[in-house]
Amino acid sequence: MKRVKKVQAILIGIAILFVMAAWGPAQAQQKNIILSTTTSTQDSGLLDLLIPIFEKKTGYFVKTIAVGSGQAMAMGQKGEADVLLVHSPAAEKKVVAEGYGVNRRIIMHNDFIVVGPAEDPAKIKGVKVTTEVFKKIASAGSLFLSRSDKSGTHTKEMAIWKAAGINPDGQKWYQQTGLGMGQTLNITSEKKGYTLTDRGTYLATKKNLSLDILAEGDAILLNVYHVIEVNPARWPKVNAAGGKAFADFMVSKEAQDIIKTFGVDKFGSPLFFPDAGKKEEELGK
Amino acid sequence: MDLILEGILKAFHLLFTLDPEVLGITLLSLQVSGSATLISLFIGISIGTLVALTEFPGRKLVVSLINTGMGLPPVVVGLFVTIFLWRNGPLGFLGILYTPAAMIVAQAVIATPIVMGITLAAIQALPKKLRLQILALGATRLQMVWILVKEARLPLLAGVMAGFGGVISEVGASIMVGGNIKGYSRVLTTATVMETSRGNFDVAIALGIILLLLAYFINLVLTHIQQRERPR
Repeated sequence: MKRVKKVQAILIGIAILFVMAAWGPAQAQQKNIILSTTTSTQDSGLLDLLIPIFEKKTGYFVKTIAVGSGQAMAMGQKGEADVLLVHSPAAEKKVVAEGYGVNRRIIMHNDFIVVGPAEDPAKIKGVKVTTEVFKKIASAGSLFLSRSDKSGTHTKEMAIWKAAGINPDGQKWYQQTGLGMGQTLNITSEKKGYTLTDRGTYLATKKNLSLDILAEGDAILLNVYHVIEVNPARWPKVNAAGGKAFADFMVSKEAQDIIKTFGVDKFGSPLFFPDAGKKEEELGK
Repeated sequence: MDLILEGILKAFHLLFTLDPEVLGITLLSLQVSGSATLISLFIGISIGTLVALTEFPGRKLVVSLINTGMGLPPVVVGLFVTIFLWRNGPLGFLGILYTPAAMIVAQAVIATPIVMGITLAAIQALPKKLRLQILALGATRLQMVWILVKEARLPLLAGVMAGFGGVISEVGASIMVGGNIKGYSRVLTTATVMETSRGNFDVAIALGIILLLLAYFINLVLTHIQQRERPR
């Protein structure tokens, strides 16, 4: 009976240590940075490459929260993130104008593409103007999958529908996934539909998809990524120094060189094009 | 079909080569869900027993609330825990959002009503005369409670399994409060979601299989304890 008690005591001791151990690695707050970003930077694998280098260099610990650009900016507006890496220019300008974000700097770009099944039921292949592409999909009544999550991609998609003069909401051929880009591509592939995607996520996940690039190259399809530091004047708990350090790293030559070559070995072409120091208006020319 | 086969092969490859990242993810899953289950046992069994053994006005309401809590949706728990733990939220001073500690809190919230509900049912299912008999033999109230809990250990261990099973397989709350941060708060379920959205289905299947194996071994151990000695 005594021995049983002893074993029990040891087990309880281990259990307590076990719980404490999980609690342990709560680092000093000022060494933590919360990076709120879009799914494409994580799903493509770019951040897995950049963040360890940044952490090693600076000693900061980056907590990457990969959500749509809309949610990422909402976190910034609430002061729940320190730095944002997003691709929804119109919404970004608003965040800066309202004083929630400061020091918005351009990082890189790639482009959006329209992908769909090889059979191409709406006959959009070869159509140069993206609004025409969307009109053709609508008039053919071909299935179109929308992210519908206020992400940068979704914002771009809505802008194109608007430019095409079509309101797709509630149409039978228009389905809303509410999911990230990777999952939306999977669904589009399964359902043989069309969708708008950033090139990076498409190239990174292409091997499992039966989707082809059907429209690309239009100026409206430019996809630009910026960093924004969350304004510490608005939210005193924000780690402003950490946010700035990360933003500075993203525009540094080291990070820009990595972005330039990222994906070349695996996909034959880069997923992103570094743009630090350029102006948004100069791109795509 | 090929994909599933590939996934199974990948799972064994990752397991036998002791891939450090997968190993870390697996251990963290075990640690987070194990800790959450321990906390839920502590709270769940004590309150469950208390409610089972006492009569008070509004007891039916409390019991129905506990029973509803057994089906608490993880995403809803995740949402509320996130809002409470935000820097500018009521518990923001703790600074534990996007840490494994936050995941333990959320998972404990999910598991506690499960353990509590099963404890409640298990203690109530014991014959009422047993209580009188124990007291008649001169036991104090605390001793009586202890004996009752011991008598109900079969269903209570089922409660442990249900609680652990509920949290180890849960993804909604973990991804919201943990953030799925590489090498820090990434567990098997959140990694599976991420690999799926990356289109790495083989890795996703492999992680799923590892999760099933882990759940199986934990339940094997618990079943062993449960069935070791049949109650008299």
